[in-house]
Amino acid sequence: MSREHLKRFRTPYPDYNVLAKWDTPSFDDVTRRVIAHRLEHVPKRRFLDEAQYALLRAVMDTVLPQPERSEADRIPLEALLDEKLAMNLTDGTRHKDVLTQREAWPRGLAAIDAEAHAMHGRGFLSLSADERHSVLEAIDTGRVDGEHWKGLVPKSFFRHVLLKQAVKIYYSHPAAWNEIGFGGPAAPRGYLRLGPDMRDPWEAEEKRRPQEAEDLSEDET
Amino acid sequence: MSAIASDAEFTLRATKGRAPNVFRRGEWVPMREYDENEPVDFAIVGTGCGGSVLAARLAEAGFSVVAFDAGAFYRPLEDFASDEAEQEKLYWLDERISGGNDPLEFGSNNSGKCVGGTTVHFQMVALRFRPEWFKSRTALGYGHDWPVDWREMWRYYAIAENDMKIAGPVRYPWGPKRGRYPYREHELSASALVLARGAEAMGVKWTTTPTASLSAPRGEAHPCVNRGFCKIGCATNAKQSMLVTYVPRALAAGAEIRDLAMVGRIETGPDGRATGVHYHRDGKWRFQKAKNVVASGYSIETPRLLLNSASEKHPDGLANSSGLVGKALMAHTNNAVWGIMNEEIRWYKGPPSLAVCEHWNYVDEGKDFDGGYSFMSQGPLPTDFATTLVENEGPFGADLRNWMAHYNHMAGLKIVGETMPNDDNRVELSDEKDRLGLPIPKVTFSLSDNDKRLAAHAEDFMSRMLEAAGGSNLFHTASTAHLMGGCRMGDDPATSVVDASGRSWDIDNLFVCDGSLFPTAGGVNPSMTIVANSLRIADRIIAMGKRGELSQSAAADGKRGA
Repeated sequence: MSREHLKRFRTPYPDYNVLAKWDTPSFDDVTRRVIAHRLEHVPKRRFLDEAQYALLRAVMDTVLPQPERSEADRIPLEALLDEKLAMNLTDGTRHKDVLTQREAWPRGLAAIDAEAHAMHGRGFLSLSADERHSVLEAIDTGRVDGEHWKGLVPKSFFRHVLLKQAVKIYYSHPAAWNEIGFGGPAAPRGYLRLGPDMRDPWEAEEKRRPQEAEDLSEDET
Repeated sequence: MSAIASDAEFTLRATKGRAPNVFRRGEWVPMREYDENEPVDFAIVGTGCGGSVLAARLAEAGFSVVAFDAGAFYRPLEDFASDEAEQEKLYWLDERISGGNDPLEFGSNNSGKCVGGTTVHFQMVALRFRPEWFKSRTALGYGHDWPVDWREMWRYYAIAENDMKIAGPVRYPWGPKRGRYPYREHELSASALVLARGAEAMGVKWTTTPTASLSAPRGEAHPCVNRGFCKIGCATNAKQSMLVTYVPRALAAGAEIRDLAMVGRIETGPDGRATGVHYHRDGKWRFQKAKNVVASGYSIETPRLLLNSASEKHPDGLANSSGLVGKALMAHTNNAVWGIMNEEIRWYKGPPSLAVCEHWNYVDEGKDFDGGYSFMSQGPLPTDFATTLVENEGPFGADLRNWMAHYNHMAGLKIVGETMPNDDNRVELSDEKDRLGLPIPKVTFSLSDNDKRLAAHAEDFMSRMLEAAGGSNLFHTASTAHLMGGCRMGDDPATSVVDASGRSWDIDNLFVCDGSLFPTAGGVNPSMTIVANSLRIADRIIAMGKRGELSQSAAADGKRGA
């Protein structure tokens, strides 16, 4: 089993803060309005019930753990996802015979909890980080009991609903742009230096190489 | 997507005799308006590569034109944020039911909802079809022939490229000689140089991608500043979308654009001919009388509109005596290989696909499949790349964050792969209704064995190439992009929906002009072919008008509405 999850994440760009460019030509007014709203507005829980919401947070902390961030600095994935569900935002595609996001999330969360009970005799919230990881890994590799899932396809829910929505929220946040060294907003000023190992002064400086990543293709069975 | 950025999604902007000036903040241009009860020469449904081109050319020829778009009329300089989540407002996000063995994803992949259509978020890759593809049945033995000669299309590509000031190489390495691109090629980014290095190692040609982004000033727009947000809307107007090219031309020539106007149904009279369009705007259903109607809503909305316009005379929908409306829908396979490079690439800078290889479009030997594919260098923004990564490979936990920390070292090669026209891949109406009471479209799509062989060939070739360029930790992803077909044009009323002029075989004052006309998909991004084909159709319609062959002789003699 992968022990990758026990490693702590270390950013290659420890000194980079995309928001330091706020008052520079990299940010225009419309972008400032949009980003300010994202940072200042943490939505209140509206769609999921309290227990589902707590479970969602634990799941999000397993798929995108943020141990180095304080509660105030943490990207509130569960709040932003709950808001999306409350607003019933659609993405243009409803797969035939597949549940809508609003139907899939409560059912998927319940199934994750049921798998935790089946594997460890306790609910997901009572599990250690390592145990939580193993539950989700079993779901992604299909080593789970279809009964709990009531029509959801476990791996499909995990990748195409849960992980997809999680990364869409996480990597829309300036803190995530910092850790991957993304240039972030770039209008009206874009970039001049385009070649390999070339960087404009307003781009992130790589202080150390990214940590070795697990070889993805070896995971394929 | 929010009122925080802009009021365009909630407030009519093209109204009261003016429309947004897309080149300035807060400014307007005058707009002619037409009476709903006075039949206009042309009611055009959609303002993408089909509708806006036709609106501009027909208005310039003196016809009275009203073009409808379901989406908002943006001013890019003040409405487009440098932000992926916000810019989802450019996509057609209304529900479509997607089925089949390989269900299509809509929205960001292929469907725009704003004035200017899908080109507002296209990746600006401006390629031409290989000449033989216009006769792929007779010349290459698959698909259907187009009812046009490649030399005619070649002339219109040149006009389209000049209208959009395509920045391209001095010498294009594949196919017959073409004229000069109007603007010089862009500086290559690190991600494009990876493709170049790989191609040279593999002994195949490559070139700078002809790109619909300015490499020199044009009008009020300055050249591309390499901000890299091209795919989610250019905030500097360097990108030559329909919104900043043919739409302003259409307005200047006297066409009216109606934004936030969803056309739900084409009305036909007792004689079975089109009389106008029903559209929803400003909270209610309205009707615009028209002498001719053009459906330019692309491969889902055009069939949806024709099918939903069924009447006593046309019980199976309009233009559907062949039974082919909605059928032979095609997409492009978008298989990709990604790898980690030793050097920093920072692929978020510059237009994302600045280098292209069309080798497997032009070489037929050594293939175990029909059709072709091109592939390009890549530059996805963070959530775009993260989504691709997790949906295909499923990393999570610290491993996911570690993978994403390689973002600035990643490079990728992605194909635009031809799929075969297959009548089982189609658009139908479901029994469910949307918020306007219109039937939600149901789309069925399955890849053929040929399509899968093509994708496998591409994955193998690109993997070797990316490795040769220095990539490590390679992984593959699969998806689709673009839409083509659904209302095939042809020479025979039994096997096509419209003729070579886009005119319906069944209803002489009903036209289709958009990507749904494609009989085959080709192995290149479709936008330039849609634009060129629309320019060609416009000239044919203008010629018909001169010969008195249009409905009620809607004449191009300056006799306008209003």
